[in-house]
Amino acid sequence: MKRRLWHFHGGLRLPGHKAESMQEPVHTASIPPQLIVPLQQHIGEPAEPEVEVGQRVLKGQRLAHATEYVSIPVHAPTSGTIRAIEDHPIPHPSGLQTPCIVIDSDGEDEWAELTPHPDYTGLEPSALRNVIREAGIVGLGGAGFPAFIKLNAGPGNVIDTLVLNGAECEPYITCDAILMQEQPRRIIDGLLIMRHAVQARHCIIALENNQPQAYESLREALSDEEKTFIELVQVPTIYPTGGEKQLIKVLTGKEVPSHGLPLDIHMVCHNVGTAAAVADAIHHGQPLISRYVTVTGEAIGQPSNLDVLIGTPFSALLEQCGWRDDQDHELIMGGPLMGFNVASPDVPVIKTTNCILSWPKAAEQHTPMPCIRCGECARVCPAQLLPQQLYWYARAKNFDRVQDFNLFDCIECGCCAYVCPSHIPLVQYYRFAKTEIWAQERDKRKADLARERHEFRQERLERKKREDEERKQRKKEMLKKSQGDKTEGDDNKKATIEAAKARAKARRAESASADNPADAAPAQNNDKEES
Amino acid sequence: MFEAIIVLAVLAVLFGLLLGFAAVRFKVEGDPVVDQIDAILPQTQCGQCTYAGCRPYAEAIAKGEADINQCPPGGETVIQQLADLLGVDPKPLNEEHGEHGEKTVVYIDENECIGCTLCIQACPVDAIVGAAKQMHTVIESECTGCDLCIEPCPVDCIHIKPLEETPQTWKWPAPPLPLEKPPHEASGS
Repeated sequence: MKRRLWHFHGGLRLPGHKAESMQEPVHTASIPPQLIVPLQQHIGEPAEPEVEVGQRVLKGQRLAHATEYVSIPVHAPTSGTIRAIEDHPIPHPSGLQTPCIVIDSDGEDEWAELTPHPDYTGLEPSALRNVIREAGIVGLGGAGFPAFIKLNAGPGNVIDTLVLNGAECEPYITCDAILMQEQPRRIIDGLLIMRHAVQARHCIIALENNQPQAYESLREALSDEEKTFIELVQVPTIYPTGGEKQLIKVLTGKEVPSHGLPLDIHMVCHNVGTAAAVADAIHHGQPLISRYVTVTGEAIGQPSNLDVLIGTPFSALLEQCGWRDDQDHELIMGGPLMGFNVASPDVPVIKTTNCILSWPKAAEQHTPMPCIRCGECARVCPAQLLPQQLYWYARAKNFDRVQDFNLFDCIECGCCAYVCPSHIPLVQYYRFAKTEIWAQERDKRKADLARERHEFRQERLERKKREDEERKQRKKEMLKKSQGDKTEGDDNKKATIEAAKARAKARRAESASADNPADAAPAQNNDKEES
Repeated sequence: MFEAIIVLAVLAVLFGLLLGFAAVRFKVEGDPVVDQIDAILPQTQCGQCTYAGCRPYAEAIAKGEADINQCPPGGETVIQQLADLLGVDPKPLNEEHGEHGEKTVVYIDENECIGCTLCIQACPVDAIVGAAKQMHTVIESECTGCDLCIEPCPVDCIHIKPLEETPQTWKWPAPPLPLEKPPHEASGS
């Protein structure tokens, strides 16, 4: 039975430019003399290094471990010696430097001891997720979210459908397409493992209909038994159908709620590359240390797909693909719509590097003109937002209003900016607004913490003052009391002295009366009366 | 005539009681405006506003004793938010209290620290750890950049450094504003 397909709002039909890089099969990129492995290649907290400078490491050995829940380890892509753990530029729109582990490769490519889990069905889903986490697997589609988290339905939630996303909708990028074409079994193996981890009933592998070869090879690789629960679906080639929410809409007609996740409608979506990495981790015990990267664009002599070790500098790959380093082109990581410029060709390939694109500099530079309210942006927006409103408020830095218009549902696909006749860089405004809002939230959290600590300190100081006061008071009282005792004691003493004096006097009187009995008699009587 | 006066008097007493009851029943503890102002202030507790901390400044604003433009760490953003909250016009930062600069934290040059604990006593948010005659250090994530610890240090071993930018805290720059007119029109007129 053929699945009924739906449409998402808007979108664009773009020239694909996919054929250029798919002329040749994937070949393995040579091992560069030096690899630069950033400690953070994922969303979340950076990993903590556990190797030392000068230490020899083997291929697949863990270099740094995860620190928090949303964190993931990194592994050595090849065997070699740790040259340094230092700041190095990474492929990030900021062009900032972050801590990286630099390895001098020894060319032997010697594997560390690996522990495969061939009988993964015997493992608990949570144990399986741990293996996937320890293998350092993140979503390879672009965002780089730790895959093990997305394989956890959470307590009380059921995952109905597991979608494998092979819809590589951005022009030029073909690394997923060629992976599906050449390694369909790896993808399906990974899918079966993921299916076990999330206990999904139904699986879908979705790819665009401009990749008939990939479709054929996947179809041939699926066994008859697997076909009963794995559905292979071709979706129309409309940008951005590869967006998670858009793909789910096309496949099921359901919409992921605003600010929600596919999990809220009992679905989960993973990239095909991630599935292949999961298969390697479980069946061979291999961590994520390499990936397919498309190197393409105008200034590239032989556009192609390469199997690249993580940490390989862009320049090493570009060299292998006949790159002409001229002034008219710049380098983009990702596609022409969602990618970003990289600061220098020395940045390393990271887990989320799907494509290195050489893009002409001047041609696309238009001076922005005022908005003419044509409404084209709203027509193409796949998230059904109002790009004009978002633009006005982002421009005015009215960050409350811009959130009222659901800025955070924007997937930054760039359709609006692409169609804008005034060439307004709309997505830049949304990215600007998003990071500003995050910064404000961070400041707010920090201020709240400072307020709490300050109040606690005030309270502590006051308590100390009060306690000092009380102690002083107590001391004073003690002193007073002991002084009181002293005067009392003095009285006693006086009394005893008086008594002693009286006795002495009496005795004296007695002895006197013995000498003079006439005087003594009345005194004796007195004594008797007293006693 | 007489009945009307009685009815009105009874009503007056009734409503008086009702209002009296409501005043007791729905009494608001403290001043909610102070809390709202305090929530906007950056909580550096730096005292640049001439008050002993953010809360005293918030109280002064609420009483009308202080102006809304005395907080250099908050800068324009805080002034704008205070103006919105209090329904007054925003005004530029009063330069007498300092300039709004980038965020900083302090660090202690641990080779020079003599362990006098004076900075610990000065820190309004307990962000410095150490003990007498032991080396002190600043917990960077808790430091508000108020710089109050610098003055008391007898050996000047506390220094200011800008807050390091990471890919997580990096912000996209604001795009250039579009031209008001297309260039050919602008040059034509």
